[in-house]
Amino acid sequence: MRLEQIYQEVILDHYKRPHHRGLREPYGAEVHHVNPTCGDEVTLRVALSEDGETVTDISYDGQGCSISQAATSVLTDQVIGQSVGDALKTVAAFSEMVSSRGRIEGDEDVIGDGIAFAGVSKYPARVRCALLGWTAFKAALAEAHSDGREEN
Amino acid sequence: MTTSVHRMLDLEGIARIRADFPILNRVMRGGCQLAYLDSGATSQRPVQVLDAERDFLVKSNGAVHRGAHQLMEESTDAYEQGRADVAAFVGADADELVFTKNATEAINLVSYAIGDDRFDRAVGPGDVIVTTELEHHANLIPWQELCRRTGAELRWYGVTDDGRIDLDSLELDERVRLVAFSHHSNVTGAVAPVAELVLRARAVGALTLLDACQSVPHQPVDFHGLDVDFAAFSGHKMLGPTGIGALYGRAELLSALPPFLTGGSMIETVTMEATTYAPAPQRFEAGTPMTSQVVGLGAAARYLQDVGMTAVEEHETELVAAALAGLSGIDGVRIIGPLSTENRGSPVSFVVEGVHAHDVGQVLDDDGVAVRVGHHCAWPLHRRFGIAATARASFAVYNTLDEVDRLVSGVRRAVDFFG
Repeated sequence: MRLEQIYQEVILDHYKRPHHRGLREPYGAEVHHVNPTCGDEVTLRVALSEDGETVTDISYDGQGCSISQAATSVLTDQVIGQSVGDALKTVAAFSEMVSSRGRIEGDEDVIGDGIAFAGVSKYPARVRCALLGWTAFKAALAEAHSDGREEN
Repeated sequence: MTTSVHRMLDLEGIARIRADFPILNRVMRGGCQLAYLDSGATSQRPVQVLDAERDFLVKSNGAVHRGAHQLMEESTDAYEQGRADVAAFVGADADELVFTKNATEAINLVSYAIGDDRFDRAVGPGDVIVTTELEHHANLIPWQELCRRTGAELRWYGVTDDGRIDLDSLELDERVRLVAFSHHSNVTGAVAPVAELVLRARAVGALTLLDACQSVPHQPVDFHGLDVDFAAFSGHKMLGPTGIGALYGRAELLSALPPFLTGGSMIETVTMEATTYAPAPQRFEAGTPMTSQVVGLGAAARYLQDVGMTAVEEHETELVAAALAGLSGIDGVRIIGPLSTENRGSPVSFVVEGVHAHDVGQVLDDDGVAVRVGHHCAWPLHRRFGIAATARASFAVYNTLDEVDRLVSGVRRAVDFFG
């Protein structure tokens, strides 16, 4: 059945029991992103290490569909603890896979549970849902990183 | 408005209508036949509309209102016949109907023209424009912008718990210049008390603008009878083409309004120093107009007229009643809008506890049932109800009770799947 293709068990698990949810202190930057077509929104904070090299925390709050909520949960699993460079590579890999209309399966070593969104990539209307939290993270990371640099 | 013989649409009648819409036979990616319940967003077009456009294009296509060759004459006749047919369908005189690219442009036209200092009652600082909290963004943002340009103040009627305009929420006074409201809410389906709102507006000397996008395709509409000053509606929601909408304006008002868009076609005389403008409706139709779209829209109006709008309304009321009953019977489903068919149009919007509207829509899509999900360009209304998004089923003359059953089963499936 096609429904199970898009809503893989991993996605439903992240949706029902999201990881790292809630807004936490301290944080280097906070962004608020909205999907203007459906009104879904996420507030997301990024904390970097003192040297600005490592993502030490991602915390978030918001409301949205199962795809957007699960994708944000997966993001935190993958990226917290990564270096900024690796985090950007993870974001790029997930974005590429989810925007590929099913052509790219995705590498589990890079995007972890993100590979469960391969089915979503075949539904263009849902790609923005999957990317809501990831796009917010990228914006917050850029903000946190540039703030850090200015202080140096 | 011409009256057609009123007859009920029986199963055979609906089957005949459905045969005019080949797209309804489509088998969707989940393997199920399409159940198209998104006509509030855009309706499907019968072969009569497609054939009329094609017939015009293969025989008579030419530039309207220009030159003197035979094709130009035939095009101009087809264009003006389209205007006459559409005007008759909505109870207007032909010269009271302006073609625009869509209803949004029609509303923008009014918002610019009434703020223009050449209009003898131009909106200015201290004036008030009134709208409602349930409007489509197309009947809200142009008024925000008019107020920003002119220094007028925007005020609005609130919305009741069952999704109707709350008449007790605002008192109009002499400062009000225009009251803009939807005939049918595109989310709650509530039908506005047009007569009461027109009475209140007129009592303080204000003009009225009716957003009739969701009413014209679904019930008999007579703008003269409703006594509004302006009305806007779109072609693609009434079985017609996209790229075509219309503005109705009372004849004396259109005559008094300055142009909005300017250029070719809308002029009387032009010199390097100054230009005088053509009378309405040409004054508001700058540039080469949509031609095959007008022909298609005229055919759509005739199609609906032949079915009979009272029959359309009765049929859709039956579908709405079935949808309200079926959806209300599911635990966790909450209808956003009136729960009975009294003064209620076609859209049935709802939320499902614990299941986001996008996910409801995805499950329905898997069953071939097409509904709209999101805020339906009525974000403030959704905020009013404390929700981000709803799923919306909306009906047209070609829908069936069987499709309503498929909607209800699909929502049950969504509840089970995510429950």
